[in-house]
Amino acid sequence: MAKNAVLRSFAKDWLKPLTFWALALPGLWLGWQWGLLLSGAPHDLGFNPIEKTHRFLGDTALRILLISLAVTPFRDLTRWLPIMKVRRRIGLAAFWYAAAHLVAYLGLDLYLAAGMSLTGMWAGLWEDVVKRIYITLGMTAFILLIPLALTSFNAMVRRLGARAWQNLHYSVYPLAVIACLHYGFMVKGNQLGPWIHGGILALLLAYRAGVWIRSRMKPQPVASTS
Amino acid sequence: SGALPFRATDYQVADESTPYEAVTGYNNFYEFGVGKDDPARYASAMTTDPWSIEIEGHATRTGRFALEDVVDFSALEERIYRLRCVEAWSMVIPWIGIPLGAVLRQFEPTSDARYVQFITYQDAGEMRGTRSAVLDWPYKEGLRMDEAMNELAFLAVGLYGEVLPNQNGAPIRLVVPWKYGYKSIKSIVKIRFVSDEPETSWKRSAPREYGFYSNVNPNRAHPRWSQASERVIGAGPFARRETEMFNGYGPEVAGLYAGMDLIENH
Repeated sequence: MAKNAVLRSFAKDWLKPLTFWALALPGLWLGWQWGLLLSGAPHDLGFNPIEKTHRFLGDTALRILLISLAVTPFRDLTRWLPIMKVRRRIGLAAFWYAAAHLVAYLGLDLYLAAGMSLTGMWAGLWEDVVKRIYITLGMTAFILLIPLALTSFNAMVRRLGARAWQNLHYSVYPLAVIACLHYGFMVKGNQLGPWIHGGILALLLAYRAGVWIRSRMKPQPVASTS
Repeated sequence: SGALPFRATDYQVADESTPYEAVTGYNNFYEFGVGKDDPARYASAMTTDPWSIEIEGHATRTGRFALEDVVDFSALEERIYRLRCVEAWSMVIPWIGIPLGAVLRQFEPTSDARYVQFITYQDAGEMRGTRSAVLDWPYKEGLRMDEAMNELAFLAVGLYGEVLPNQNGAPIRLVVPWKYGYKSIKSIVKIRFVSDEPETSWKRSAPREYGFYSNVNPNRAHPRWSQASERVIGAGPFARRETEMFNGYGPEVAGLYAGMDLIENH
């Protein structure tokens, strides 16, 4: 069928590069805006560009993380298997945006606030981690992301074996919950944003719980008899 | 907006005033949305003329008063104050207005009036942000009577020589420069003289984070932001300054809190 041929060639030649550029786009936009700002041109970073940068990187990291969790349900619903080829790539992008989010907070907030002293920056980080629940949560989520990012390459998947790899990567679920809580505890008052992101995560987790329960209820096939 | 007549005063800040675009484009006015640019985008929907203020509680003169009867528009003065937001940023703003004490005295508060509470306008049609329960609307704030009578406490009806833009709390708002910005309640429709500490919105929402006093205090680490330093809005992306006790207004206000533990009474 012609339609299938188009889809197949899209999956083969376009899916990976398009995913890459789509994931890079927010970062490129942010870099472009900072370029405009630093050269004195009109920009979209508003009157508090550092705050805007933190929010933008955090939002992007969380949204990409949620998208990575939506890949498998998308495959199940559409039965379009090639989408699985970009799942790790999407998850890894979430890690990069989270890393940029952390680096921006260390550099643009703590380092500058400490009068550009590295020891002051680390002291500030420690103080924030122990005193501020949303930063405790954010750091926890980021630390949990590190082993997932380190094992996101083919060589590591092979080395760990599919089962161990899968078990390790199940930690993405608690991690995503912690990331949403980080957002919820960060905002003032009872805002809608964390509820929307948390709600989408709840749907994605409910879907997986449904799949898991159904697989438990089905009688296990013993061996192929016919 | 329109120009207002005013006289200059000695209330000045050593630093340059924040550009008008930043003062009127970067606001917290959750009644219009939680984004910093939401108030500038949506506050024009608010009707500010005619405006009246209801005076309630322990005072001789109570009832509903037109804005023009509350504020003597021929006696306006300019005061340049630093505004320190609890979110660890600050601005320097040339307000136009009238001392709060002078306004409150017109209503002849009685000796039972130990606190004063302020309440913001509320209209779900005009204030799209109030359709979600970010806070328990309407917004409420309060001061102890001696704080309200302090010479620095101010009611602003304008900034930069012009009528207040809606996003800055038109037509009349409080300015209490030694306290975090959220104490400076916007678009006031009700003033109540009460004998006990009144309910205030942020304290009700998160008492561990926001106290009644809310004095700027770099020594009390807020559970959300370190309060030791602040971003200077409109002075370049990396501009910061050390936060001062009482936002630098200690000489005028420290006496109000003599003997009080300001960490406990935050």
